[in-house]
Amino acid sequence: MGPQEFYARNGQSWESSRVPILDEESFRQKILEECSRGARLVNLFACPAGGGACPEDRGDVRVFAMLGKDQEGKISVLSMRILPDKSSFQSLTPELPQAHMFEREIAEQFAVTPVGHPWLKPVRYHQNYRNVADLWAEVASGPVPAEGSSPLGDLWPRGGVYPFYRMEGEEVHEVAVGPVHAGIIEPGHFRFQCHGEEILNLEIQLGYQHRGIEKMMEEVPAERAVLLAESIAGDAVIAHATAYCNIVESLSDCEISPRAQAIRAIALELERLSNHVGDLGALSTDIGFSPAAAYFGRLRGEFLNLLMELSGNRYGRSLCRPGGVLFDLDQKMAEDFRQRLLIARKDFKEISDLFFSASSVLSRLEGTGVVSTRTAKELGLVGPAARASGMGLDVRTDYAFGMYRFHYIPVSTTLSGDAHARALIRWLESQRSLEFLLDILTRIPEGDLCGKASTLKPNHMALAMVEGWRGEIVHVAMTDARAGIARYKIKDPSFHNWSGLAMAARGGQISDFPLCNKSFNLSYAGHDL
Amino acid sequence: MWGIIVNRFKQGFRTLSYPEEVPAFPKRFRGRPVSGKEAVDMGKLLFQEDIQGVTYTRDHRMAVSRREDLIVHGDEIRLAAALDDKMRRTFGRSLKLRQVCAGGCNGCEGEIQAMGNVVFDLSRFGIQFVASPRHADGLMITGPVTKNMELALKKTWEAIPHPKIVIAVGACAISGGPFQGGREVRNGVDNLIPVVLYIPGCPPHPLTIIDGLLRLLDKLGKNTKSEIRNPKQ
Repeated sequence: MGPQEFYARNGQSWESSRVPILDEESFRQKILEECSRGARLVNLFACPAGGGACPEDRGDVRVFAMLGKDQEGKISVLSMRILPDKSSFQSLTPELPQAHMFEREIAEQFAVTPVGHPWLKPVRYHQNYRNVADLWAEVASGPVPAEGSSPLGDLWPRGGVYPFYRMEGEEVHEVAVGPVHAGIIEPGHFRFQCHGEEILNLEIQLGYQHRGIEKMMEEVPAERAVLLAESIAGDAVIAHATAYCNIVESLSDCEISPRAQAIRAIALELERLSNHVGDLGALSTDIGFSPAAAYFGRLRGEFLNLLMELSGNRYGRSLCRPGGVLFDLDQKMAEDFRQRLLIARKDFKEISDLFFSASSVLSRLEGTGVVSTRTAKELGLVGPAARASGMGLDVRTDYAFGMYRFHYIPVSTTLSGDAHARALIRWLESQRSLEFLLDILTRIPEGDLCGKASTLKPNHMALAMVEGWRGEIVHVAMTDARAGIARYKIKDPSFHNWSGLAMAARGGQISDFPLCNKSFNLSYAGHDL
Repeated sequence: MWGIIVNRFKQGFRTLSYPEEVPAFPKRFRGRPVSGKEAVDMGKLLFQEDIQGVTYTRDHRMAVSRREDLIVHGDEIRLAAALDDKMRRTFGRSLKLRQVCAGGCNGCEGEIQAMGNVVFDLSRFGIQFVASPRHADGLMITGPVTKNMELALKKTWEAIPHPKIVIAVGACAISGGPFQGGREVRNGVDNLIPVVLYIPGCPPHPLTIIDGLLRLLDKLGKNTKSEIRNPKQ
């Protein structure tokens, strides 16, 4: 009989064998029980058994669950086996909607069926990782179409035809958008079921951006893996790179200096600021409030330019490397940054005052795209979208990492859960980030910039969580007996939050959708990996 | 309303005087690479700091017309040539592009969006992004071309009326970038659709993209012709 409980902390690594293996029923019961007592399904993923990450396993697939106890800052890790003759498990989704996308992902990646899953469809259209028959063979092998039945008939390749949630009835009509959208944005498919202008249901089908990052992380050398990590979501370079570095550092017992921690945190907050201000600009554009759109757009560049000053790239590429950072932030540069941030703060405040006091803005945002606290909890939303619906989650405080162990950043929440709340959260958080930056830039601790991460520990597992600007980023890695990466699991906050957007659109009008979409501004690439 | 007017005055005029004046790039900016002994393929280069055999200049100009021109020997580069007279008569004063992201991480897309802000103000050059391929004169493609986007990309290309051009932006679109050789990607647009302008970078700076576009349309005045420069200037 193995251990029954195992708790991990953010940034920790442990021997894979310490994770308890429960039988299917107790695994299921434990997850449901913990979640009914306030835990959150932070991660649910599988890995192939019998070699690599789980060498001692008989059976096909091992499923891991990570339950976040946000108040206690610890994560309960548990697992179960799926035996060879079975290739299925009882779905959690009917009782626990948070598991919805996770279970679809497991079904696609490892060709095991979550029995009783209410909406079992592929997530990213690829072949499974076990080289067995796919659950959706025609989808994995053929090109991906935008819609099932095409007016082009046979001209349209037949692979990848899948059903959408449909409504029937007089005057019910369907609107299909994407994968190629009107703006300069990433591809995805949106299917609206409408009655007149009212959206009865929105189904979001992504997967067009799938580049196979998780699998590549296991195969490429370390110096290329960090470049892949930087490209998971190109607007959250620092957040994902930090998570990757934390994983490698934890697996190789490499302690990074306080100075490197501070520089990573500074870059992470600059990234948050640039994106939050960019989102406010995008919202202004969609409302048709041009002055704020122009000013916010310009201000976004100011933060990106600071990142460029620091790292030579506007998105902070090449800054974070396992062992520390590649660039220093000396006193002269810190003082210059402070002066520029003071000016930016003044501008930011004036533009935000203009934006949040304009009646045309308020009337457009207030009451649009409401996600109730209950829905947000049920769907397991994270990040600003969750905080706008009254959930006080923030990895920086709940599972503090790096510099945030020494600097407390107050969590901003609002209760209304509408597009206005999601806009306001961005402004509130930006102020907190600016305060943090102005403070830490006066006292960056001493230390080496970049140490050397040694070889990884064999048969270990590591967890890294980072509060990116979109919310909770989780990376998990497992090493095999030869200390190579055998499984790398990436979870971008968008993976949870796309379902939040679908709920926000429900009951609204199609013309509200762009506003809802911008108020979430989720990553397609981060979701599709 | 008074608030808006007051704010307008405070914000002032923010558009760069580019191309007359090129703003100074910070010391650490990684622009056009200079190779050591071995030639460097800018189309594959991710412009990372920790790479052997490459140093970076602060020169933002990197766009080229032919794939082979992306291979840099030492400190020399053959920058993009202008379109021929006939194409320039068609597109020179108004170029409408449709952007397609085919697996891009939102880095290149972010910089393409940024070209439209008040600082870069791309539309003053007569270049705009449109919503429909039917309204477009060409495609600007980002991303390594995922298998799942290949069909949609081809259909968008086919929907654009002739004559039309394709511009590949970023390492991914040119070579697959960090995803090169991956099972789920096509290693960029080459071999799928003919490209007239390659803009390397990860992601390229907005001015790198604008420089390429202006060269293509011959709008940079004296130094627009395809030239081999010695950029120790």
